[in-house]
Amino acid sequence: MYLVIAFIAGGLFGAGLFISGMTDTTKVQGWLDVFGNWDPTLAFVMGGAMIPMAIAWLIRNRRVTSLVGTPLPPPPSTKIDGRLVTGSIMFGIGWGLAGLCPGPAIASLTYGGPGLYVFVAAMLAGMIFAPALRARLDRPVPAE
Amino acid sequence: MEMDWIWGLIGGLLIGTGGAVYLLGNGRIMGASGIIGGLVDGSGLDTKWERLVFLAGVVLLPVLLMPYYGSVDTHVTDNYVVLIAAGLLVGIGTRLANGCTSGHGVCGMSRLSLRGFVATGFYIVAGGIGVIIFRHLLGVI
Repeated sequence: MYLVIAFIAGGLFGAGLFISGMTDTTKVQGWLDVFGNWDPTLAFVMGGAMIPMAIAWLIRNRRVTSLVGTPLPPPPSTKIDGRLVTGSIMFGIGWGLAGLCPGPAIASLTYGGPGLYVFVAAMLAGMIFAPALRARLDRPVPAE
Repeated sequence: MEMDWIWGLIGGLLIGTGGAVYLLGNGRIMGASGIIGGLVDGSGLDTKWERLVFLAGVVLLPVLLMPYYGSVDTHVTDNYVVLIAAGLLVGIGTRLANGCTSGHGVCGMSRLSLRGFVATGFYIVAGGIGVIIFRHLLGVI
């Protein structure tokens, strides 16, 4: 059952990324490029996505477990540390450089061409390398 | 195209619905970098099937929709140096920050998470400055 739900959730995510145009790197870079030909699409995608998600968080507050019986995520941490800021700045620069973030990169795997494979390979390498860097930045490593 | 914002809104609603299904159905936060990262660094192997099936859905739905669109150009640059640098920054950065556009942005900000707002603020400003530097000043993208 939880696998069916995971597939539906992933499918909605992939369909949404595709339909919204977020797998087109020019739309992402166009949104970040406030001094160029600014493209507002990403704001509508983000705003649209937050509506059902906010409702889901409100429903979550009235429930103890998920549909399949697993615990629901605890309230968010409020810890603002160097890792969060440094990581977000690194991510932002990479996002602007290529116009790709992890979700759209995976969604466009079948039609992104060879350049996309290069990006995804580098992204996966970075993700493999990250825990070693994380351990050096702070220890003990906080649980996700 | 002037209708792009409507498709952006519809796509966004679908993305958010996916996040809602994943949260209320499986008790998971729909963060792309966390789902992928947990597979490749080994930290999420206990839930590997859930992660793999989710990602299969992400890959498959665009394939099913593609015939209605003819072709879609992703305009990915052919500058491999830029792509490798960007990929490493995205991979390391999202795992250091524990989230990306979906986790911190969509899921975090919609629950008014302070970390979500801080992360999103920093990656948008950094991305904007990056585009200014690398496009308008250096001309490499």
